[in-house]
Amino acid sequence: MTGTAPTRAEVCVVACAEAWRGDGEILASPIGLVPTIGARLARATFSPELLLTDGEAALGVGTWPVGGSPTQTEGALPFRQIFELIWSGRRHVMMGPGQIDRYGNINISAIGDFHRPKVALLGVRGAPGNTVSHPCSYWVPRHSRRTFVEQVDLVCGIGYDRAASAGPSAARFHQLRRVVSDLGVFDFTGPDHRMRLVSTHPGVTVEQVHEATGFELWTGGEVPQTRLPTAHELTLIRTVIDPAGHRDAEVRR
Amino acid sequence: MTDKRMTAEQVVSELRSGMTIGIGGWGSRRKPMSLIRAILRSDLEDLTVVTYGGPDAGLLLAAGKVRRLVYGFVSLDSIPLEPHFRAARQAGAVEAVEYDEGMLYLGLYAAACRLPFLPTRVGLGSDLMRINPDLRTVRSPYDDEELLAVPALRLDAALVHLHRADIHGNALCLGPDPYFDDLYCAAADRAYVSCEQVVPTEQLTPAASVLVRRHQVRGVVPAARGAHFTSCDPDYPRDERFQREYAAVAGTDRWAAFRQRYLDTDEAGYQQAVAARGPQMEVIR
Repeated sequence: MTGTAPTRAEVCVVACAEAWRGDGEILASPIGLVPTIGARLARATFSPELLLTDGEAALGVGTWPVGGSPTQTEGALPFRQIFELIWSGRRHVMMGPGQIDRYGNINISAIGDFHRPKVALLGVRGAPGNTVSHPCSYWVPRHSRRTFVEQVDLVCGIGYDRAASAGPSAARFHQLRRVVSDLGVFDFTGPDHRMRLVSTHPGVTVEQVHEATGFELWTGGEVPQTRLPTAHELTLIRTVIDPAGHRDAEVRR
Repeated sequence: MTDKRMTAEQVVSELRSGMTIGIGGWGSRRKPMSLIRAILRSDLEDLTVVTYGGPDAGLLLAAGKVRRLVYGFVSLDSIPLEPHFRAARQAGAVEAVEYDEGMLYLGLYAAACRLPFLPTRVGLGSDLMRINPDLRTVRSPYDDEELLAVPALRLDAALVHLHRADIHGNALCLGPDPYFDDLYCAAADRAYVSCEQVVPTEQLTPAASVLVRRHQVRGVVPAARGAHFTSCDPDYPRDERFQREYAAVAGTDRWAAFRQRYLDTDEAGYQQAVAARGPQMEVIR
């Protein structure tokens, strides 16, 4: 199947991979399938220094398929040491928000009133600590007004406005890099660190993105198309990292 | 030296309603499930449970044993959302004290060090202080930083499950990750270690893998397959099939039959019922 045009899922994989470009020797922590493929792709190509876990407590060597395990490891990384690594800033996570707002505040804990939620989600997990400690990015497999909201119900990971109002201790290491959805790529370089539409994926219009977003999105001029995977990247995705094609189940459009 | 072996029932008899109990493991991994099942059979109630939660939290919530749950998350790992936890939260049936995962670590560590709190950046700017109005900040005496003070999470009792232990309470972790089991023990007035196998002290090697030491431990409970259906690698993986069944019947009219078959019995009965499922599992319908 190499040689056929890239699918939407493959464009998303590369857009996620780009989040870790230039990060050097840090732990890349992808949450979700498409970011996982992306992180492995980044390390196999333009960010070879990245550290990747095997999904449990070891650091893997080489490039291995999703659902599989690395044939070789380069050391243990149990949870307790991950927290020390987080607090020292040597990590860049890509999380999957249940809700995200224009400043990058995210909710992964509870929809509705916290004390009696309409929908109980995962819990705040590591989001409060991640966002005040090291770079964070986000992956949204289904871009909609339910996810891109005017205001999140519970701020788990903090956005730029909350980091600023909470003071220097919160803002010192706060850094939101990018948001990738199945419609486009976003960052926070709009006025006052508002979310900006960086690029739309092939076949997606700017109007479509605005329509699916529950707040006013900054564009600031012409919006380019998200870059396409190279032939080498497509080969890696299709034959090495995700030969079974799981990516197409996560990106349905 | 003391022989600290005891049964799960003896452990439960030392616990009281209203206590704060910490549970080791992580998500649906190496949970002291045989001790949890013993609590389910007891009269204990009104508990505060501190956990990186999995089916331990789910089962105790489903049985109405928990008044207050202190957690960073509750998940079955391969099934992201714990159904009993969701049901309890959405019914407003439990007081939820939600912490960042790292805050839970710091709270246990503060308790282990007999400190009132430990400072951190974690939680600043988030809604954690809104949903946990007891949380306070503290100003650094060295510079202008204002940090969040994570209160010590002192435990009345800790329950953990490890791979090997001697009769005195030294216990070895053979798995890929110790999680925070030693901290739970250190943060508790009384720690109970269930284990896959009791071995002579000299077999607890390598020494660097001895995670919990006897001065922290009050009771050792021999419990082969005691973490089932959570994982206890390398002794056994998670029983994914059983977990799927557990999650599928939660909140349905099949839950009573599940409870009757697997929980309204002693530990030997549980293990027999699990073994009797065989390769062609008879699914409760």
